Amino acid sequence: MSAATDIHMREILIARIATMLDGCGHVAVGASSPIPGAAALLAQARSAGAMRVSVLGSTRHNFFTDGGRELFDCAAQGRIDAFFLSGGQIDGAGNINLVGIGDPAQPKVRFPGSFGSAYLAFLVPKVILFREEHTPRTLVERVDFISAPGTSDPDIYRPGGPRALVTGRAVFDFSPKRAGFTLRSVHPGETPESVTAQTGFRFDTPDAVPHTPLPDADTLALMRGDVARAVAETYPGFAEQLWGIGA
Amino acid sequence: MTGPATLDIADLGARIPDGAHLAIAPDYSGCAMAVIRTLLRRRIRGLRLVAVPTAGFQADMLIGAGCVAEIEAAAVSLGEYGPAGRFNAALRAGRIIMRDATCPAIHAGLQAAEKGIPFMPLRGIIGSDLVAQRPDWKLMDNPYAPQSRDPILLVPAITPEIALFHAPAADRNGNVFIGVRRELMLMAHAARRTLVSVERIVDTDFLADEARAGATIPALYVEAIAQAPRGSDPVGLFGAYGANEAALGAYAQASRDDGAFAAWLAGVDADVSQTVLA
Repeated sequence: MSAATDIHMREILIARIATMLDGCGHVAVGASSPIPGAAALLAQARSAGAMRVSVLGSTRHNFFTDGGRELFDCAAQGRIDAFFLSGGQIDGAGNINLVGIGDPAQPKVRFPGSFGSAYLAFLVPKVILFREEHTPRTLVERVDFISAPGTSDPDIYRPGGPRALVTGRAVFDFSPKRAGFTLRSVHPGETPESVTAQTGFRFDTPDAVPHTPLPDADTLALMRGDVARAVAETYPGFAEQLWGIGA
Repeated sequence: MTGPATLDIADLGARIPDGAHLAIAPDYSGCAMAVIRTLLRRRIRGLRLVAVPTAGFQADMLIGAGCVAEIEAAAVSLGEYGPAGRFNAALRAGRIIMRDATCPAIHAGLQAAEKGIPFMPLRGIIGSDLVAQRPDWKLMDNPYAPQSRDPILLVPAITPEIALFHAPAADRNGNVFIGVRRELMLMAHAARRTLVSVERIVDTDFLADEARAGATIPALYVEAIAQAPRGSDPVGLFGAYGANEAALGAYAQASRDDGAFAAWLAGVDADVSQTVLA
């Protein structure tokens, strides 16, 4: 099971995101986010009880008792350390678009809507942008609609914001000061050149860009065992497809 | 003291007039699907929906049947079943007005209504293009900021004319048990009128039991109740029964095609038994 060829790309993403969460006290996971959810549960499993994880849609991993608003109230108080956001489009300034393409009143393409992004992107210290599809269609020079801006003017209250972008091809760091991304690592099978060719925005590329590390044997065992079973509660289809286990 | 009226579901639905400003629950928290089907059969017109805070099957069905003039929502989607086909088609054709929001702005607007105040300030959002789309959202400087400028967003109170949802049980006095689904409590507090369908009406008093009372909407907020066993089918009801995945998948597919949706709606029209839609 330890040969690189036996490790699914999604397992590499889960393990890589989990390392970004190590040390967080409370990680929250929003709707339709099986890979971030699995990463959060993996990070929690090895936190020796130090990390809380709340997964929207889960019964077992959800300790809120004050309705849909509680997550947002918690975030505004600084009680949530990390959250995940995605976008139909993500641009090089860290802006995300969850609304659509074209005139919002009569769009050419409509995405579901902004959900809590316009709020949580400001208030959660470590926002990780995640989009598995990494193409010039999803990673664009400039989003058509800003659901949540990547950065804000200095007089805007903003303790949080995007810190990284993880895709099916690579990992980027985000610098709020520069309002731009830096290529941190490329996944197996990719090169900085191949990533550049599939990215619609400009980003900084250091001289040496390593490959995204593969999960070690202990991490894989944990992921494929306890974590997979925990993920299956909320994302049975995902867990079945990746690990062949039911809820 | 008179409690809420007890009606059958068609009469409960009949209390919702054309053009109503109607708050509906999210797919995960008590959708009054049986009542929605009575509205579909009636071809209710001109609804102004408020999603608390996101919309799914209920909204898409009503939009497809031409029942909706506008919708305020943080998102409209069929979740893991994919895009909300009728919503997307109606928006592209300019047949409905979408008032895009973000989840906490809807919660905050309802909280303002709950408190009987005109607006609520909340953090974040400034710099999102949502603000430009929402002339009713305003910026002010935090009057309590110690020194430097501190802009903050205000959203107006959202006071729905009617809140409609489904809950596990009502007691003999019309108190409605909602468990941990506090967004239903918020809806009932904020709306002028609240209509509820329930799985069953129990001959007891939930408020006499402290463990239950905290998870109960007092009858004072509730105008009328209808008993509707499996009334959240096919989206499912927390703690009671799950989603009918085959029915939801079939609907999701039908939502993406004019003819298939028309056939689905004809099925609703023909189904006078008000039972599960396959």
